[in-house]
Amino acid sequence: MTSTQLDAALWALGRGTGVVALVLLTISICLGIVTRSRQRFAGLPQYGLTAIHKTASLTATALIVVHVTTLLLDPKAQLRLVDTVVPFTSTWRPLWLGLGTLGIDLLLLVVTTSLLRKRIGHRTFRLVHWATYLLWPVALAHALGTGTDAGTWWMDALAASCVASVLAMAWWRLGPAFGTPIRTSAADRLQHPEALRTADLGRRVALVGQPARE
Amino acid sequence: MNTRLLIDWTRCEARGLCIELVPEVLTADDWGYPLSRHGDVTLPIPAPAIRYAEEAVRECPRLALRLIED
Ligand code: SF4
Repeated sequence: MTSTQLDAALWALGRGTGVVALVLLTISICLGIVTRSRQRFAGLPQYGLTAIHKTASLTATALIVVHVTTLLLDPKAQLRLVDTVVPFTSTWRPLWLGLGTLGIDLLLLVVTTSLLRKRIGHRTFRLVHWATYLLWPVALAHALGTGTDAGTWWMDALAASCVASVLAMAWWRLGPAFGTPIRTSAADRLQHPEALRTADLGRRVALVGQPARE
Repeated sequence: MNTRLLIDWTRCEARGLCIELVPEVLTADDWGYPLSRHGDVTLPIPAPAIRYAEEAVRECPRLALRLIED
């Protein structure tokens, strides 16, 4: 590979990982709101929602590590090491790039406190987790302000759907119906035996096959 | 020796994750809170379900669960 090709590859990887990370963060924040609501979504069980929320966030974090690393290596991006930690000091588009840096700082804070949830206690975890409501708009602004793909139809469509999803979820989150569990009667539950282990669908059959124990 | 599931009711918010993971032991009450399926409120966990109970302890969104051995 010539160095021009390598540069082009780094540039593409840097942009691509950034865009996908934005989508994953959007999924993660939306599902975070859903899990908090105690309600079912798209037929997914609570355990599944939690698992996707976690996986999406961790995958986004990994992609952002690649995003930053490739752009550090890419001469075109002219990113300095300090720009990855200290926001708003870069020479190139200091505001928009700085938002990205701020996003990384927030993301690392949120992810670390989530992984150490047991150690630091639920209260601290939850308090820090509120920072995601800042993190997401910051990431979006960074993607649109720094991203050289902003203005292309696909990036605008993608950003618009991300914004629409999060706004819809936020609207619901702040609405009066949020957080009231759906009331199910015992008869309903017998008809829909959702008390089945979702982590292990293989056992589902065995459990359904057992004589009713209720 | 028995492994039992302890639910901290001051924390639990009826998210239902534990009920999905340990259906042998738990079912939901009308409001979605976990309830002993067999009426034994000390919630002994049968051996094959222990690893799922551990997963529930790890993943409970409210950190309301603990396993104890007695
Ligand atoms: S997973 Fe935790 S919050 Fe959810 S029902 Fe069980 S104990 Fe309650």
